[in-house]
Amino acid sequence: MNKIVEKEHFSDRVVKLVVEAPLIARSRRAGHFVIVRTGEGGERIPLTIADADPKKGTITLIIQAVGDSTRKICALEPGDTLTDVVGPLGQATHIEKVGTVLCCGGGVGVAPLLPIIKAMKEAGNRVISVLAARSADLIILEKQVSEYSDEVIIMTDDGSAGRKGLVTAGVEEVIQREKVDLVVAIGPAVMMKFVALTTKKYEVPTMCSLNTIMVDGTGMCGACRVTVDGKTKFVCIDGPEFDAHKVDFDEMMMRLRSYN
Amino acid sequence: MIQDNTREAQWREELRKSHSVKERVAIPRVVMPMLDPSYRITCNDEVNQGLSEEQAVVEATRCMDCPDPQCMEGCPVSINIPGFIKNIERKEFLTAAAVLKQTSALPAVCGRVCPQEKQCESRCIYNKMKKAPVAIGYLERFAADFERESGEAATPVIAEKNGKKIAVVGSGPAGLSFAGDMIKKGYDVTVYEALHEIGGVLKYGIPEFRLPNSVVEAEINGLRAQGVEFVKDCIIGKTISYEQLHELGYHGIFVASGAGLPRFMGIPGENYIGIMSSNEYLTRINLMGAGRPGEDTPVLKGHRVAVIGGGNTAMDSVRTARRQGADVAMIVYRRSEEEMPARVEEVHHAKEEGVEFLTLHNPIEYLADEKGRVRAMKVQRMELGEPDASGRRSPVPVDGAIDEIPVDLVIVSVGVSPNPLIPNAISELEVSRRGTIVVNDATMQSSLPDIYAGGDIVRGGATVILAMGDGRRAAAAMDEALQSQQ
Repeated sequence: MNKIVEKEHFSDRVVKLVVEAPLIARSRRAGHFVIVRTGEGGERIPLTIADADPKKGTITLIIQAVGDSTRKICALEPGDTLTDVVGPLGQATHIEKVGTVLCCGGGVGVAPLLPIIKAMKEAGNRVISVLAARSADLIILEKQVSEYSDEVIIMTDDGSAGRKGLVTAGVEEVIQREKVDLVVAIGPAVMMKFVALTTKKYEVPTMCSLNTIMVDGTGMCGACRVTVDGKTKFVCIDGPEFDAHKVDFDEMMMRLRSYN
Repeated sequence: MIQDNTREAQWREELRKSHSVKERVAIPRVVMPMLDPSYRITCNDEVNQGLSEEQAVVEATRCMDCPDPQCMEGCPVSINIPGFIKNIERKEFLTAAAVLKQTSALPAVCGRVCPQEKQCESRCIYNKMKKAPVAIGYLERFAADFERESGEAATPVIAEKNGKKIAVVGSGPAGLSFAGDMIKKGYDVTVYEALHEIGGVLKYGIPEFRLPNSVVEAEINGLRAQGVEFVKDCIIGKTISYEQLHELGYHGIFVASGAGLPRFMGIPGENYIGIMSSNEYLTRINLMGAGRPGEDTPVLKGHRVAVIGGGNTAMDSVRTARRQGADVAMIVYRRSEEEMPARVEEVHHAKEEGVEFLTLHNPIEYLADEKGRVRAMKVQRMELGEPDASGRRSPVPVDGAIDEIPVDLVIVSVGVSPNPLIPNAISELEVSRRGTIVVNDATMQSSLPDIYAGGDIVRGGATVILAMGDGRRAAAAMDEALQSQQ
């Protein structure tokens, strides 16, 4: 049982929860995720750790209500508990000084991106962040991202914030303007697919973080398998980060619809 | 239970004289009462109903209490088999259970899932007389169930606490057996489990109809009552590191993290929707309760289900598919039935339940509809060639013999690889090319002196009882090593 100590609404469907998990707060690094379960009949679902405070013993989770389980989690209030939180899982992000890093976050994908932005900045990189969403109210964590970014570009589909257009327009503009050494893209599979196609044109190495269906999250079930460079990989233990130019996003999107 | 249970005990001598060998041999082997196949595929009720007291006593009478009981040689944990069986014969059922508990932490589990026909029962003297062996497994289950249902479970004698802390990684059969032995020896034992339930494969893998969770739960509660602590949702190497275990003051660590990664065949179309590992299928249903009221986890249901493989997990999966409402549930296996690694009893039960067997066939490709949902599989017909490294005749493709079979759910059950979490987290640990932890066979000690390991993380993929045997050997060796350090 893990107690929720703080809650913030980012939008109608996106909620931030700060959760007591002292051991995870201490051992987690950027890129790690947890598996969460709510209620005795609850599903196990993976959520990326957006932030952690080892002193307070808390981790921050940002959840978008998309199905029954995420809706249940979003409905929890401070003082309520999550039945199970286990982690940190997955491989931590490889952080090093490479020069200029372009970080693109789509929708709630900005949550897992934030710790990477922070770590990349702290490693001495120039960090340019592109945040994209359908409309202004779905842009999250802009302030926190700005804190660790040399520049922030906001893109919305309807132009209600920043510039009107898709994330790829923002990415392409930066790549054409200056030398980018690494792109990190996290968001919906379709967004990562098109960022990868764009950066491939310019041969800029690109990393993505995948959020697939999982059950145990420890390599046991294989529900999360994806094809990377023609080989089957498990997102939970081989990932969640992969070379975006090698991921079969079409297959991944197909598999995400397994239970729809 | 201070009582003489040796063969020389007076009561044993008297019991031996009570029936002649001829009388004992004349008794036919008991038949396990079972649920009707047409009923059992409608539910998850346990198939084998267990022996009645009368049946158990008669079956126990068959045992001749041999002076040199070979059955014990066939048992990986060296259970005092005649010792418990003779107690059943004289109707001292609780004493029989106590004898079992001296060497086995989980008798009610072993009595159900051990391959007795390949172990104890295969060595029974009756085989030499061309007669069916004593039903040791049924009797083991009887004694364990009798004790549990009586509510008078005897707590084993526990040595005085020695103040030493031991960590166990994983709460499956190896971990539980190790924990049971170490708590008896006076250690403070904490078992860490990655999942949200204690029991490992006994919970997520083996289905309810073969091993009810209530039976597993009772065995775990028994260990709890003896003082074993369980911590769920905690992954050693992730949540708590090896170094942190030292900071927490653990003197010894037993790694029993099990078989992790399910293997796939690497054939075209294997990632289509509706194709999953047996681990995923069974975990969704057994651990997560998919399909039951109040449970959120979904599972795909198929009308025509193919399970690829011929092991016990394949049988568990295909029989589960029948219970999930599949009209056609079939085993697809590349060798013939004779080479199948599954227990004969499981194959027999599967057939009774209407499972079809497509032997000497191997899938080579899956086909999907426009949404990516599997709709058919292409299978290559095989024939048996020369024996391979495993001693079994190896399957060879028959040129051009390829069939297409409609399926809408495929469960891949072709084995597992060891869980890489611990080997990845502790880089100094010596690991084999297959990813198993390398240990000294006799002591189960790894290349790091304070880490011992057993079960599937060492063996790759084996049975509950072999895992339990590893746990016992590791406990004995670790105890000896820690004692000698004083």
